Amino acid sequence: MKRLICIILSLSVLLYLTACGGTAETEEIDREAVLEEFGLDPELFSDYDYSRLKDEDITLNVANWGEYMSINDDESVDVNEAFEALTGITVNYKTVASNETLYSKLLSGGATYDIVIPSDYMISKMMKEGMLQKLDFDNIPNVNNVMPSFLNPQYDPYNEYSVPYLWGMVAIIYNTTMVDEEITSWASLWDEKYAGNILMFNNPRDAFGIAQAYLGYSLNTENKAELDACSELLKEQKEIVQGYVMDEIFDKMEGGSAAIAPYYVGDAVTMCDDNPDLAYVIPEEGTNWFVDAMCIPTTAENKEAAEMYINFLCEAEIALANCEYVGYSTPNAKAYELLDEDVREDEKRYPSDEFLAEHTEVFVNMSDEANAYMQSLWNQLKIDNSNVWFVPIFLICLVAATVAVNVWRALKKKREQY
Amino acid sequence: MKVSRTLAIPYVVWVLIFTVVPLGLVIGFAFTNPDGKITLENIFEMSDYMAVLFRSILFAIAATVICLIIAFPAAYIISRANAINQSTLIVLLMVPMWINFLLRTYAWMTLLEQNGVINRILGAIGLGPYQLINNSGAVILGMVYNYLPFMILPLYSVMVKIDQSVIEAAQDLGSNKIRLVRKILLPLSMPGISTGVIAVFVPSVSTFVISRMLGGGTNDLIGDIIEMQFSGNSYNPHLGSAMALVLMIIVLFMMSLFNQFGTEEDVAL
Repeated sequence: MKRLICIILSLSVLLYLTACGGTAETEEIDREAVLEEFGLDPELFSDYDYSRLKDEDITLNVANWGEYMSINDDESVDVNEAFEALTGITVNYKTVASNETLYSKLLSGGATYDIVIPSDYMISKMMKEGMLQKLDFDNIPNVNNVMPSFLNPQYDPYNEYSVPYLWGMVAIIYNTTMVDEEITSWASLWDEKYAGNILMFNNPRDAFGIAQAYLGYSLNTENKAELDACSELLKEQKEIVQGYVMDEIFDKMEGGSAAIAPYYVGDAVTMCDDNPDLAYVIPEEGTNWFVDAMCIPTTAENKEAAEMYINFLCEAEIALANCEYVGYSTPNAKAYELLDEDVREDEKRYPSDEFLAEHTEVFVNMSDEANAYMQSLWNQLKIDNSNVWFVPIFLICLVAATVAVNVWRALKKKREQY
Repeated sequence: MKVSRTLAIPYVVWVLIFTVVPLGLVIGFAFTNPDGKITLENIFEMSDYMAVLFRSILFAIAATVICLIIAFPAAYIISRANAINQSTLIVLLMVPMWINFLLRTYAWMTLLEQNGVINRILGAIGLGPYQLINNSGAVILGMVYNYLPFMILPLYSVMVKIDQSVIEAAQDLGSNKIRLVRKILLPLSMPGISTGVIAVFVPSVSTFVISRMLGGGTNDLIGDIIEMQFSGNSYNPHLGSAMALVLMIIVLFMMSLFNQFGTEEDVAL
């Protein structure tokens, strides 16, 4: 119904504008009506010219993590639909599973995206390899909404390539019915009490990050001795780990199949909402602080539209809808002001700048050599549990089978000769 | 004759575009480095992953053997049932296959979890909980469950053609049950067995979803490692291609060995 009203309104505007001599190929976009349709407050919306590309028939390809934007949910603004209505640009929204998948997709040229939202260390890697292009901030005035502490970050020191989208920390999630002590330290992930009930990250960077934090090393250490020590620690842990998981953790923790696991705070919030027995804590040794930021790859075909999209996602109410839907923390000052007070004061979701400075560290891109070394340590960790007897037993079986077949054939032939 | 040849053109084009060309690309990638130079490095690097490769093959063999042991009597029973029961049984066998593969494997996760259905039932009678998931047994179970129909169907289609009178003749001539299976059923259903073995072994040896979901990241198979080379942390399509190539050659070798077995039987008949 609202849509119908919207169309009628736009048509009447169009009729009113016939004096313009029919230069407008598509109907004018009535900003107020669109904002009203999506329940957005025009007062809080910037007066950016969102409709200037409406006649160019643009399709914007967006790549994001799964469940990482407020879409397809009745209770929240559908961000992409609102953008489409406001700009006349079509959004082609795709999800990717990990930073590494995104990287390989961009590198192999298998997919062209206009917007990507990688994490900090991947942004610096992509920057270094010339996979991102500089943003034209004249097209992104809403970058002023971003908190100053999130500008000029370590991964993008001159703030030329990225605009922060959401951020969070790595926490320990535990099931209070299975853990009867106060968890405060990463040491709990190595506690034999929880043998068989511990889950761990199934990616090297995050898993090593925990070992590094526990041992008090820098999360970006390239020192081989330190990496070896982390690898030893993870091998020790492997004996008592139930499994290495990523998003499977939601089912396992919510269903009570595991007692304790590290994961991202925003997702911990979601899990705690679904199962009140769960709790999460930021370990005292410190943790990883990560930022996911919006970037435009060099292969992007619609740079201006992409910048418009970034600007749109920085609008106060849009950023609010996204951070409330996803559960991660927003770097957007105006959206932060609109949040509920208890969320704003939640130290695990919005810790003070001092806490972040003292207790957290951002991943930066490591040298190729250190990356490869970490990867090989990780492979050893994941693979080495195979029994050393596998290879010989298999070879013996294969040889035995070959011999058996040949002997059998020979016997058969002999028998047939009779 | 001419007509039939023209009819084959779409298939030939299809095979060319989607099998021969990708295969060529795999070989090309396997023997080059990222700078495009020809190298054998990838093949040597592969030896670091031999343990995983052998584990995959071992798991796949285990799954194939278990499938064969379960499928042989099952297919025999179905093929000897009356016509209505036969089609009912086949439909029952097919129904799970209409459900998405991932969903079926997810269902096993729910069943096997420490807090899952099976452990809860066992808990109600005072047993457990047992560690049923995230181990090699769970991975093999997943393979057997998912690929069992591929073994039963070819066996059934061969066995249904075995004339009941042949079996009766054997029995009349005084053959016992074991002899009947060994001398009559097994040789006559050999074509079905070799099709079934290939249909189960090949997807089992290269799977990566089952091991990830039921193995919990502690039982990675070669499929997981290959997948990681293309869309994971260690992005290296050259090494990934080398792995795929080595796997393919080993599988080919094993299949040819097995087929020798099969053809010999046919000759003996």
